[in-house]
Amino acid sequence: MEHRSYTDNALSEWMKGHGPDSEIVISSRVRIARNLQTQPFPMLATNQQSEEVLNQITSALQNEELNTISNFDFIPLTELSELDKRVLVEKHLISPNLANESRNGAVILSENESVSIMVNEEDHLRIQCLCPGFQIKEAWDLASQIDDIFESQLEYAFDENRGYLTSCPTNVGTGIRASVMMHLPALVLTQQINRILSAITQVGLAVRGLYGEGSEALGNLFQISNQITLGQSEDEIIDNLYSVARQIIEHEKAAREKLLIESKPRIIDRVMRSYGILSHAGIMDSKEAAQRLSDVRLGIDLGIIHQVSTHIMNELMVMAQPGFLQKQSGEKLSAEDRDIRRAELIRERLSII
Amino acid sequence: MICQECGKRPATLHFTKIISGEKTEFHICEVCAREKGEMIPGTPNGFSIHNLLSGLLDFEPSAQSALGAKPQVTRCDNCGLTYTQFGKLGRFGCSECYKHFNARLDGLFRRVHGNTVHVGKIPKRSGGRIQDKREIENLKRELQNRIEQEEFESAAKIRDEIRELEKKLSGN
Ligand SMILES: [Zn+2]
Ligand SMILES: [Zn+2]
Repeated sequence: MEHRSYTDNALSEWMKGHGPDSEIVISSRVRIARNLQTQPFPMLATNQQSEEVLNQITSALQNEELNTISNFDFIPLTELSELDKRVLVEKHLISPNLANESRNGAVILSENESVSIMVNEEDHLRIQCLCPGFQIKEAWDLASQIDDIFESQLEYAFDENRGYLTSCPTNVGTGIRASVMMHLPALVLTQQINRILSAITQVGLAVRGLYGEGSEALGNLFQISNQITLGQSEDEIIDNLYSVARQIIEHEKAAREKLLIESKPRIIDRVMRSYGILSHAGIMDSKEAAQRLSDVRLGIDLGIIHQVSTHIMNELMVMAQPGFLQKQSGEKLSAEDRDIRRAELIRERLSII
Repeated sequence: MICQECGKRPATLHFTKIISGEKTEFHICEVCAREKGEMIPGTPNGFSIHNLLSGLLDFEPSAQSALGAKPQVTRCDNCGLTYTQFGKLGRFGCSECYKHFNARLDGLFRRVHGNTVHVGKIPKRSGGRIQDKREIENLKRELQNRIEQEEFESAAKIRDEIRELEKKLSGN
């Protein structure tokens, strides 16, 4: 079977559009975990059993209703090189777990890459929907619709009291994990972030960030997701996440305004310095890149920088990662070579107006 | 801050998990995170969920084995996973495990989710019956309310609705 290439472009088609509140929320994602009633979960499945799972899910894919959503490409993991898998991980289309550990694993991708369905990951079936900007409800609606289509073909493992049965006890019940990826530089700069993050964790949500030294998150990116999957309905889970994220958006906006009023010259200086370094540096490690790109993104959102689009920022976030750099240069690169390639790539992309 | 796993490299990943209002923080380096199968950023299952769970699982109180009582072996007879293995792996082996370990799961779920019973979506194909049962439970609660409010007329209506649904259920 001939596949479209999902590893040539850094940005999935869905990332190219502008979502609501996209100056703060980069993407919204919902993942649903489901299992078949009769087969052991992937961890304990024999090779033959996981093959049967794959076959059952493949035949469920033939459902015509699914075609009304998109064209889908079915890709067994065995058909992908290590590097291709890594790029798909960097694009969030598959999990590292699927890339590294699954037997008879496969991914089913929609044409625009907003839907990614993993087979034989930790659970038999993981339906993931991604939307640009703040569209968590839309992501849930789409995922649920696809879930219904699969459910009409497959006998799911479901228990009246425990709900959808999953491999990990942290997913049982609804099986959903909903998350929003937020860029919160002003809350970090004004040092309100810790207070806000600890408030979030009080309401059953989890926050994950990539941190540098001290309390500064790498690239000021934070992922907020639901922690509870049992005893709350899907709508409650989504509504809770929605309203908390909504409040964070408002806080971030207020902090940005405050920064512009109280320390405009300093913000402009910070943004322009980062822009200058990104467009001229010869070596750029991933940590510095993340921070500088965050500054420039903030500069774009505040109207300080006009010559670069957010679109290019999104692209660089993916392209500056190791798998993508190596894919682009067509060879395995040492850490230093990667830093050189990264700097080169960023210079090139920023000079495109 | 130093990585809490290897104690050598600086910690660059920081997670906060909240379980029943109790906050646990993890500080680890990227090398250890990778070894734990965690990639960056935003994989669905957090780092060391396994370790976290083994601490939460309901094991036999150690005093019992100290007193010479036979440790009770619980095993899923469908996939063969024992409760002890479940504790170590933090994963069920199959959907039957939920039945075999059922007696010990309420405590775990209460600590992880603060709840023990699913109230969300129901698969359509097996859903009718479950939907009716849920409806009966809701109506019974409502009936109790009406009686307490001394609204006997509407209470009687609800009682009839419950009977109707129960008849339908037992008919199936
Ligand atoms: Zn370490
Ligand atoms: Zn089992």
